[in-house]
Amino acid sequence: MTDRVATAESTKLSRAELAGLFRDFIDPEYVIDDEETLRPYECDGMSMYREMPLLVVLPETVEQVQRVMQICHRHGVPVVARGAGTGLSAGAMPHAEGVVLSLAKFNRILNIDPLARTARLQPGVRNLAISDETAQFGLYYGPDPSSQIACTIGGNVAENSGGVHCLKYGLTVHNILSVEMITVEGEKVEIGSDGLDSCGMDLLALITGSEGLLGVITEVTVKLLPKPEKAQVVMAGFDNVQNAGDAVGGIIAQGIIPGGLEMMDGYAITAAEDFAQAGYPREASALLLCEVDGTAEEVQEHIEQAENLFRSFGATSVRTSQSEAERALLWKGRKSAFPAVGRISPDYYCMDGTIPRGQLAHVLTEMQKMSEHFQLRVANVFHAGDGNLHPLILFDANVPGEFERTEAFGSSILELCVEVGGCITGEHGVGIEKIRQMAVQFRDEELAQFNALKAAFDPAGTLNPGKGVPTLRQCQEYRAIKPQPQPMEA
Amino acid sequence: MADQSKQLQDQILAARRAGTKLNITGGNSKTFMGRVAEGEPLVVGEHTGIVNYQPVELVLTARAGTRLDDIDAALAEHNQMLYSEPPRFGGAATLGGTLACNQSGPARPWTGSIRDQVLGIRLLNGAGEHLRFGGQVMKNVAGYDVSRLQAGAMGTLGVITEVSLKVLPRPAATVTLVQDMPLQDVIGFMNARAAEPKPLSAACWLDGKLYLRLSGARSAVDATADKWQGEIWDEGDAFWQQLREQELDFFKGDAPLWRFSVKSTAVNPGLDGPWLVDWAGAQRWYRGDASLADMEALATAAGGQVSLYRGGDRHGEVMHRQPEALKKIQQRLKRSFDPDSLFNPGRLYSWM
Repeated sequence: MTDRVATAESTKLSRAELAGLFRDFIDPEYVIDDEETLRPYECDGMSMYREMPLLVVLPETVEQVQRVMQICHRHGVPVVARGAGTGLSAGAMPHAEGVVLSLAKFNRILNIDPLARTARLQPGVRNLAISDETAQFGLYYGPDPSSQIACTIGGNVAENSGGVHCLKYGLTVHNILSVEMITVEGEKVEIGSDGLDSCGMDLLALITGSEGLLGVITEVTVKLLPKPEKAQVVMAGFDNVQNAGDAVGGIIAQGIIPGGLEMMDGYAITAAEDFAQAGYPREASALLLCEVDGTAEEVQEHIEQAENLFRSFGATSVRTSQSEAERALLWKGRKSAFPAVGRISPDYYCMDGTIPRGQLAHVLTEMQKMSEHFQLRVANVFHAGDGNLHPLILFDANVPGEFERTEAFGSSILELCVEVGGCITGEHGVGIEKIRQMAVQFRDEELAQFNALKAAFDPAGTLNPGKGVPTLRQCQEYRAIKPQPQPMEA
Repeated sequence: MADQSKQLQDQILAARRAGTKLNITGGNSKTFMGRVAEGEPLVVGEHTGIVNYQPVELVLTARAGTRLDDIDAALAEHNQMLYSEPPRFGGAATLGGTLACNQSGPARPWTGSIRDQVLGIRLLNGAGEHLRFGGQVMKNVAGYDVSRLQAGAMGTLGVITEVSLKVLPRPAATVTLVQDMPLQDVIGFMNARAAEPKPLSAACWLDGKLYLRLSGARSAVDATADKWQGEIWDEGDAFWQQLREQELDFFKGDAPLWRFSVKSTAVNPGLDGPWLVDWAGAQRWYRGDASLADMEALATAAGGQVSLYRGGDRHGEVMHRQPEALKKIQQRLKRSFDPDSLFNPGRLYSWM
């Protein structure tokens, strides 16, 4: 997998030799080379994919990061940057011959500027900590991925993370001003500025979502938003998915852009209700949670419109939060949907495709057929506002062959997403998990352009090798052996 | 409504064989931007037409030569808009050129730029390959973000042939408030207003007057207008349009026009002459003769960058110069898309 480029010093270093080089300038305790301490790093949030790294280093200063990069560059050692390890596409899975560069020590908020509404952060600052720390100024940070309690801003930049508020407030790429990045050669560069745009190509957008393949982020300056005066959520139950999907379109057509607009299918509703007792209508086939935020006047105006609209689209139940506690409770069900589903199945596999919203009913119907075909249950939670679908495939890893069947089911879902005009990943990234589906989404010329672009930053390919973009050879192999859905024995 | 992509591709391949350079043009509305153009014209302005528009999906896809005016007309039928408010330049501005030059209007700090609206593109690279990046959905992290990379690249990476955009409903109501305020007070004031959770959608200072625009639900706009100081100004919409189009008196005449993109709270550079402050302080325009090096120092001190937007000497550099490391990365990127350096040579920087 490693296409090592011969350099003057490309003689392969042993684990001990490399560790020795790092221990010259990093606290020896933070250069990890023993099996037991390395073990927790073998995977990220996508635990089905595992690899033991050669070494893990936890530098404490930017200069140390630069020196790590310089040494790895000189010796052709792969580098995998890692934040909190919450990623869901194995993007931070180690390389067997490489170093895991953990940014865990970089956890300080360097500066909050309430008037300019910006915060300068080290990459290991947790997403939720930004909003917690800026709340005293009436500000918050927009993107809120489900893992926000643990995931870090550096990882958010690497994945271009989203969350439930993307339709109105955008993704990470819309909410950052600049990054400090260490290149593969160990050089420090500043991309972006305190202004809203910079001269030349938009490198900031390019770096965002590049999954650690172009550089290592050592600082991020984010934009902060004024906390809305008020937020209220309307919950609406529907007895069929088509009506719920149409109601989403109806809200948009009305000119309302909700802060959050989430949908769950019957399976997810029941699981979430069992778990959270949020008062969800168990009998419903689809549930919408529509949050409206803004000034008090605006929220009142839009909530009334939304309630009426949901009824006109055939909602069987409509309930509006009357207090912050009730709003939190209604969201609790949705936010705990993943662990809730985790309770009713030994394992689950979370997919992440995006589709044009109008295709929702079709996609869910097709998915139901696939579910029967693969004999695996599937629950769906859907960021309905922006078309991002998270099917949760329920399986048991201890049953031989069941994970393989789950992967095949997942592949079929992603290919369906592409077929209806969507994409294979909305916010989790490609990593290793979806690298084969890249050949479905893109043609060879496009993948070749991606690889050429990568080489502009990292000619030797040592930054997070094997992730994000497949080689053309991998694609040909994938297309040749594309797994056909195998019927299960009855 | 014509698909000219095959002709454009043929021209690129012919130029590659002949070793000629290409000057990409759309509606010729931004020929004043960047450094002087070289090469034979490659006309994208006839590659026009809206390819797909799904109002309920909030997504529109159009060929790069499509005039923004035509897009506006299609969107208006469904009460939607290009929320980054790019200048239309008398109807000549095209979608591709707007993205390549990263043009956005007064609402930019609140609703985002044209770059923020972009969901996907099609691009002809220097090998004449017609490539597709991004998509037509709001969230898409498959592959590198080549679409937004084009914003500000001024065509140096390839020929944008198609753009997919997120669009949004028009606000139900808009009100403009005007009040007198000296320049030294306005930066702090604008930023304080922007930090309030109110429906602010534009904030501009010119000639001793502060203009604030509120947009959104009728009830929210009216309640805020009642609460905030400033006179309601009925001519507001025309003012914002003239600002967007750079048609205010401030923009007239031949004096060089400098654009500062800086930290919104930065103290205004101590430079005598006419200033216009937009984007609640994040974009500042200056008229007058100056050297790029002097202006760069002022912009850097204000946390941002400067460009010689219009007029002046366009044979030298006109964009804030890049640090060596970023210059090297952009040169390598250029080679990865356009190895024979066919597109817009020297338009962005002399070395590009």
